[in-house]
Amino acid sequence: MKVKLKIWRQPNARSKGKFVDYDLDDISPEMSFLEMLDALNTRLIQQGDDPVAYEHDCREGICGSCGLFINGRPHGPEREVATCQLHMRSFRDGDTIVVEPWRAKAFPVIKDLVVDRSAFEKIMDAGGFVSVDTGSAPEANTTPVKKQNAERAFDAGVCIGCGACVAACKNSSASLFVAAKISQLALLPQGKAEAQRRALNMVARMEELGFGSCTSTEACEVECPKSISLDHIARMNREYLRASFSEEKD
Amino acid sequence: MSHFLTSPVGKKFIMSITGIFLMLFLIVHLTVNSLLMVGPDAFNSAAHFMTTNSFIMVLEPLLALGFIIHIIYSAYLTMQNQRLRPVHYKKVDRWGSSTWPSRNMFILGGLVLIFLVIHLSNFFWKVKFGDLDTVMVQGTQMHDLYGLVSALFINWWWYDLIYILGALFLALHLSHGFWAAFQSLGWDNDLWRVRLKRIAYVFAVIMGVGFSSIPVYFLITSG
Repeated sequence: MKVKLKIWRQPNARSKGKFVDYDLDDISPEMSFLEMLDALNTRLIQQGDDPVAYEHDCREGICGSCGLFINGRPHGPEREVATCQLHMRSFRDGDTIVVEPWRAKAFPVIKDLVVDRSAFEKIMDAGGFVSVDTGSAPEANTTPVKKQNAERAFDAGVCIGCGACVAACKNSSASLFVAAKISQLALLPQGKAEAQRRALNMVARMEELGFGSCTSTEACEVECPKSISLDHIARMNREYLRASFSEEKD
Repeated sequence: MSHFLTSPVGKKFIMSITGIFLMLFLIVHLTVNSLLMVGPDAFNSAAHFMTTNSFIMVLEPLLALGFIIHIIYSAYLTMQNQRLRPVHYKKVDRWGSSTWPSRNMFILGGLVLIFLVIHLSNFFWKVKFGDLDTVMVQGTQMHDLYGLVSALFINWWWYDLIYILGALFLALHLSHGFWAAFQSLGWDNDLWRVRLKRIAYVFAVIMGVGFSSIPVYFLITSG
């Protein structure tokens, strides 16, 4: 199949980028989107041109590094897949495909389609962990965990930190990411002790790093490759409000 | 609490609380307005009560404050959020992932605000500062607000249109705002999200149809 690519090219963080058109003729519908980009890069390297920089690692949808904004949507047109799991069969022969990096003040472009997502790490540093000593593994039945809560915590825990929620949000909000982390820990016994402090600190850090607020459009949930539910944002709001209204002096 | 009012969750909390307060006002407003379709005496008596009751008079400045905070915070939030994406996407396809009203609450709110200014100059201003005719209802002298409303809707067809459009914009605003207000307060889970969304649509339809039925009623009954 043939495709026309419009790819954002930007040599480095300081330079001004632009869209460059590339025509590819020999694309198999069975190729993954990243394999198609590899084919383009092989050609560019053979021509002596600079290959398109994009991030990737596991190529099986669990590392969260391959986020691209494809034809107006994070990770492209399919539901519940990361860019690496998107295949060229999702496009038609002759299609024009616009490929852009995540756009957000908090995710500056490093090169071409690669953005700096270290803001997520900084949010995690603000509270996305359990610091209380929980000791060695206890006997399984001493700390009962409601099955539904274990499942909800797992639903939040599958977040791969790809940043699609920020890319999809009209406000560049990281609410779904932050909520997933707050929720995952708040639902389980080990995380409960620090739940309130965590909510306050992580939300404050999100604001500082230049992420917006949540308008509840639900776009993040739809575009999330792991379909993390917006219900976690409600839990984050609950945790944050409860913490704000019951805060005490340290 | 030090950063609460400027935090992303705190700002939405303010929007949510003021929004819920304004929705309660809408219920009262529509209830009183529906008396226009009962008759002049019923509506004039209700309007007289609303303008003279001391509890309502205390609530009036609070209501104005609710509007002002809701409007100012929405402008503040929108401006702040828009700065967070300095380079825009070349192609954006949001139709499959979110509803149009949810993405355009500020625009819909702005249209409702334009309507509100026209609405206040039509009625509120005249009631407060104008020279209105008076009528006698069950031995009490009161302003003939029914006369003011009916004259406007019967004599000026474009006002009917403005009021119908105002109700439509309000309904679209509420179709998202009602549910989002409770989501911002944290009242949402896998069960209540569906329920609150359904209630939101029902509430939006009642408000939209309810408020627009008044100009339609006067257009039909005046022939």
